[in-house]
Amino acid sequence: MTPDTLLALAVAILLLPLVAFTITIFFGKRLPRQGDWVSTGIITIALGLSLAVMIQKLTGFADETLSFRFTWIDFHNVPGIGPLPILLGIAIDNLSAVMLVVVTLISTLVHYFSVGYMKGDVRYSRYFAFLGFFSFSMLLIVLADNLFMLYVGWELVGISSYLLIGHWYEKKSASDAAIKAFIVNRVGDLGFFIGIAILFMTFHTFGLREIFDGINSGNLPFGSEWWLTAAGVLLFCGAVGKSAQFPLHVWLPDAMEGPTPVSALIHAATMVAAGVYLVARLFPLMTADALLVVAYIGAITAFISATIAIAQNDIKKVLAYSTISQLGYMIMGLGVGAYGAGFFHLVTHASFKAGLFLGSGSVIHAMHHALHHANDHHTDPQDIRNMGGLRGKMPITFWTFVMYTLAISGIPLTSGFLSKDEILAGTLAFGGLTGHVLIPITGFLVAGLTAFYMFRLLILTFLGDHKEAGRIDQIHESPKVMTVPLIILAVLSFFAFYSYNPFGAASGWVMQAVERPAAVVPAHMAAPTASVFEEALHHAHGNAMLISLAMAGLGILAAFATYYWKKISADAVAGALAPVHRFLINKWYFDELYGAVVVDGTHAVTRLMRWFDNTIIDGAVNGAGWVTKGTSFVSGKFDTYVVDGLVNFTAYASGFFGLLLRKFQTGKVQTYVIFAVLSVMVFYFVFRLV
Amino acid sequence: MGSLEGLWNEFSTWLPHVQLAHFLVVSAVLFALGIFAIATRRNAIMVLMGVELVLNAANVNFIAFARYNAANFDGQVAAIFVIILAAAEAAIALAIVLNIYHRFQTVNIDEVSSLKE
Repeated sequence: MTPDTLLALAVAILLLPLVAFTITIFFGKRLPRQGDWVSTGIITIALGLSLAVMIQKLTGFADETLSFRFTWIDFHNVPGIGPLPILLGIAIDNLSAVMLVVVTLISTLVHYFSVGYMKGDVRYSRYFAFLGFFSFSMLLIVLADNLFMLYVGWELVGISSYLLIGHWYEKKSASDAAIKAFIVNRVGDLGFFIGIAILFMTFHTFGLREIFDGINSGNLPFGSEWWLTAAGVLLFCGAVGKSAQFPLHVWLPDAMEGPTPVSALIHAATMVAAGVYLVARLFPLMTADALLVVAYIGAITAFISATIAIAQNDIKKVLAYSTISQLGYMIMGLGVGAYGAGFFHLVTHASFKAGLFLGSGSVIHAMHHALHHANDHHTDPQDIRNMGGLRGKMPITFWTFVMYTLAISGIPLTSGFLSKDEILAGTLAFGGLTGHVLIPITGFLVAGLTAFYMFRLLILTFLGDHKEAGRIDQIHESPKVMTVPLIILAVLSFFAFYSYNPFGAASGWVMQAVERPAAVVPAHMAAPTASVFEEALHHAHGNAMLISLAMAGLGILAAFATYYWKKISADAVAGALAPVHRFLINKWYFDELYGAVVVDGTHAVTRLMRWFDNTIIDGAVNGAGWVTKGTSFVSGKFDTYVVDGLVNFTAYASGFFGLLLRKFQTGKVQTYVIFAVLSVMVFYFVFRLV
Repeated sequence: MGSLEGLWNEFSTWLPHVQLAHFLVVSAVLFALGIFAIATRRNAIMVLMGVELVLNAANVNFIAFARYNAANFDGQVAAIFVIILAAAEAAIALAIVLNIYHRFQTVNIDEVSSLKE
């Protein structure tokens, strides 16, 4: 295969979901089965093509970046800048080739799962149309070789996420969650946008390669090292929003109001990973300071959300916080310089977290069905306290769920063990190199917490006895269209797909393919170079593995002791640590904090604005009206009495004098003579003529 | 004749004492009487006679001013013109009065007022 064929295939992969979207959104309702076979078929083709592209890329062109670009708009000669063509295009490097497969694979499995899960939904065809639209947007981010297309894709996944979270918009909570997700993302995107603007103003191009080359040749944004760090942090803001990192993580748990397969696709495996992908893409221009920010944000996020996950009872909420926590891991991995490990965790996490969500979807589906059969509309089908004992009734869901749980907890022989171990080793190495020991400590702590809350979820849902004995009989395994994706994802959670060595992924194909790119920032601002880092990593690896295994084992042990053997009473612990427990149940009061600061702040500002409008603006308008009215009143009175009065007075005076002078007009010459004489006499005396 | 001569003598001694003012007083009296006649008489003939008086009062003034102040005969000439005018005026006015009398059987000017309506 030539590079041109590969690029043509990539364009086809990009456009196929768009075609599926166009067909299903316009004709979905009229097609047989509401057109789900169109979407599903097309995404399957895209998956096949992606696999072909990835294999060809990694075997045939592993060391080069294939790109295709065209001039979108040519501004010709812009005064002060010179020729300014805006080039757009796509690029395939190893990173995007792997990402292509991850996106299309998860998307395909979610499509199949949705055929079962969304059966009979009121907006079935629309749902599939938006899934296709989302896939297109995500692929646009993956394939873009410039910040412009990346940003467009970025916003498009935002809008498709909004549409899919609000799929059941009749529910107030769902439409609220959609709006919340959209607005919170907007905050991050603002930073992203400013970052792009800074780079564009300096380099007059959106092309990533040109920007990297520009920085490499010593041309810094606005000629300042400070601005380079600022640009890196601002671009990272986009990732903070999209990947639900602290402090913008609040939207993701609410996004669970969407259909569960959507949560699996968008809010676990792909879209939220876009932030991680973005940081990986922009890695070369990140200065050491910017990367430190990235690492700390990741660590804080991982810790906060892991603690919250412990106290949640909604099966999807637990998974949502677990997702945030794992995304924190990836971001932290990239931040400390474990580039390949961070991205590798994205890949492995995509399969086991999508599996966890689809598994929870299967459970919710079954619970919903059983509750519906019992005519019970009050019990929450997503609350794990209402579950238990599902193991016997849903064996496939259970065993696949076990596999995912082992993977996310980092148990050997799973994919999650490989990737998490690499990240933890990276943090340990980073801590050793730079002295930021808080990051590895947080990393290991979160590993233990992850194992604990995941096993808590597993035990409460599948083991023990069912909450209500009568209901268990009505619980059935989901149909094949739902279980087969679960099995595929469970199989993909084995180590063997990624590395032949079950205890180290460094020699695995993903880590081999995705090498850390050299930094382009000035040497004194760059993070420790890859070779220095590799050296430290090599020494840290053994220790990291031991500590993380110990932490995971402790977490699992604690979970079993508390929820299975009941040696420790969860309620007693919660009672003893009541303030902490309340703090965790309320998710660190982030929603309340933002509600008080941002929402109420906005309300206060709008109230102030309203007051200003009502009092000042309306007052001015009313005042102007009042003044006009008063003036016209005065002017009316002036007209009536002064102007009209003058006119009337003139007429009256004329009449009066007419009446008066009429007396003199007797028509008798003799009278006139007398008057004439008298007048002469009067004139004489008046003017003293003589 | 002695008495007449005496009278003349007396007159000729007195005459130089007659000043312009005396003529003006006579003229003014004449004028006032003329105006009075014009204004008060009902008879058109009487009114015309008043007009004659006024004209002659003017003549007296002309002559008087010419006699006392002027070195030429302009005043006397003007007086002659006035006399001629007065004659012409009297002729026309009397003709009109005759016509009025023909038409209205009266010369009372108060009753001759058909133009007024």
